[in-house]
Parts: sequence; structure tokens; C-alpha cells
Amino acid sequence: MCTVCGCGESTVKGHSHDHHHHDHLHFGHGPAGVEVAGMSQDRLIEIETDILTKNDGYAQANRAALSGLGAFAINLVSSPGSGKTTLLCKTIEALGDQPLAVIEGDQQTENDADRIRATGAAAIQVNTGKGCHLDGHMVGHAMAHLALPQGAMVFIENVGNLVCPAAFDLGEDCKVAILSVTEGEDKPLKYPDMFTASRLAILNKTDLAPHCDVAMDLYEANLRRVNPDIEILRLSARTGEGMQAWIEWLRRNLALKSEVKAAE
Amino acid sequence: MHEMSLCEGMRLIIEEQAQAHKVDRIARVRVELGRFAGVEKDALSFAFDIVMRGSVAEGAELVMQDLPGRAMCYDCVREVEIENRLDHCPFCGGGKLMPIGGDEMRIKDLEVA
Repeated sequence: MCTVCGCGESTVKGHSHDHHHHDHLHFGHGPAGVEVAGMSQDRLIEIETDILTKNDGYAQANRAALSGLGAFAINLVSSPGSGKTTLLCKTIEALGDQPLAVIEGDQQTENDADRIRATGAAAIQVNTGKGCHLDGHMVGHAMAHLALPQGAMVFIENVGNLVCPAAFDLGEDCKVAILSVTEGEDKPLKYPDMFTASRLAILNKTDLAPHCDVAMDLYEANLRRVNPDIEILRLSARTGEGMQAWIEWLRRNLALKSEVKAAE
Repeated sequence: MHEMSLCEGMRLIIEEQAQAHKVDRIARVRVELGRFAGVEKDALSFAFDIVMRGSVAEGAELVMQDLPGRAMCYDCVREVEIENRLDHCPFCGGGKLMPIGGDEMRIKDLEVA
């Protein structure tokens, strides 16, 4: 039985590379292929996903645990294919010896966690089964398995989906939305909730902009239309252009979190 | 968006409340839904009937009440009610509106049969 919430349903799969044992969590193995926190799987027959009130409780527990460590956690949200994992790999390289850990969410496969581990960083893969988003319960399990160090940066890569993850608090400090320049300037207008819920939007793949007739300023105007407070960074994870400002943003926010922790 | 899971959450809450109040039958469940909660009412109604089967609320009527979408206008600094996420400020016509309410999804009360 798990020590995070007392459930006995999720399975943890060890791997042959045993320095990263307990690094892959599976959810969604109930009859409906989905996970409902705090419920017996026997009841899952006609049920889809999680419960918001339960979820918020798990998220608060995660937030308290992160604050206790002076850790800064971001929830990376985007469409599939926006370049989240590549951006993360480059970010990890650029952060050097900064303690960090990555929680990777996908419906299936451990591909993304493998890519992160190839950089030398600690990563855990959460497979959501048919679930379309990570929830507070899953992230609580993942955090417990990662044994996060003091003052860590924690990157939670959500399932690629611009709808559902907006509603599910994971206990993170903030959401960061990643939008690649090939997706269309009106994407923030089409999926406003996710961009309203995010503190920062990253316009990724700027190296492709000259090839695909995009109006970069229109992206920014549309982002501010749905969230007047949003911060925006333009970068290319591939070429490294703009990466420095992103790394500084991360370091600045981690430092702020550490100051809050020290002041307590 | 998450109509099935919302109903599942509702079922847990309803069962807990029914147990706490020692009732074994709920006839009506009243919920409040903000305009920006992303809830599709038809889907919620459909899911409710299925999810409540075998619970104290099996066959119960689901009553859904709207709560307005609210936003702060960054141009005229007024709190305004808007119908849609992309509406302009009804006072000044400005387009910089930050949602500050309307994402509620809560059970208001239960009617015991």
C-alpha cells in the first residue's frame, strides 16, 4: 500500500537500469482505463477520471511538501508536439549542477523519461492510461518516488492537451504554457483557459518563424487578450536563441521561493 | 470537459453526506456551475444518470444553475460580468479582461426523498 494516500491500486514498475528503480508509475488500470483518486477500482465501471475536491486536497499536500523543501515546481502545459521535452532537455543542460527532477506525464510509453534521463537528470514517468491529464494524486506518488532534494527545481511535463490540465491543480508554483510558432496565432483564443491559468507563455521554435508566415506580435497580442498578466518569452530550444532569458526566469523564481522558505 | 469525473466526485460527496445525515435516498441534487467552468450541461446530465446508479442518488433529478462569468477590466478597472471568455468590457469596450470568477462547480444542496 502506498504511503502517499493509502491507496493500493497504482503499480510501480522497476527497470533493469536499477539506479533508477521505482521510476515508472502506471495509472488508469481500472475497468474503465482511468484513475479515480480515493475510490475503489471496483466502482470504476462507468466512471471517467478524477475528482476535483479530492484532487485539490492532494495538490495542497504536494504544495506543502514542495514549500518545505524550498523547491520551485512548474507545470508545463501545451499541445502535443510543442517541443516540451526538447526544451526540458536543453534546460537541464543549461542549468548545470542545479538540483532538479522531472515528472513526465503521457498516456503511454516511457520515451520522454528516457530522453530526460539521458541528460543525467532524475526523471519519473507517469502513464495515465486513458487519462488526459496529470492529477494531484499521481504527482504526489511521483514526488514520493523521486526523493526530491532541498532547493530543487521540479519540472512536471503534463500530458499534451490544452483543455483538461487547466482544471487540475498539481500543487505546482505556476503553470508555464508552451506554444510553438507553427500552431497558429489564434490558439490562445481557441483554448483560453489554459493560457489564462498560466503565468508564463513560451513561444517556442522561433527558428521556424521565417519559414511559416507567422506574425509573432499577434501571438503575443492574443495571449494578452486572454490573460493580461501573462509573461511571454520567445525562444528556440533547438538553436538556443532566447534560452538565457528562460534560464534566468527559472533561477529568479527559485530564488524567490527559497527566500520565502528562509523567511519562515 | 470532465463531466464523468465531476459526477464521480459528486457521488462521493453525496454518499458521504447521506451517511452523515443517515438518509438512504436523495431525490434532487442542485449544482452551481460557473459560465467559465468548462462544463457541458448535456454531458453532465447524461453522466449523472449513469454515475449515480447504485448510489443513494440513483434516479435523482439534477438541477443545474448558472453562475455568471466575472472579470476585471484592466482598462477601466471595473469588475464586470461577461457572457463569453472573449467578450469586451461592457462599460469601456476594452479587451484586457482577467477572469476573476465563473469557474465554480459545486453542489449547492441535496433534497432527501
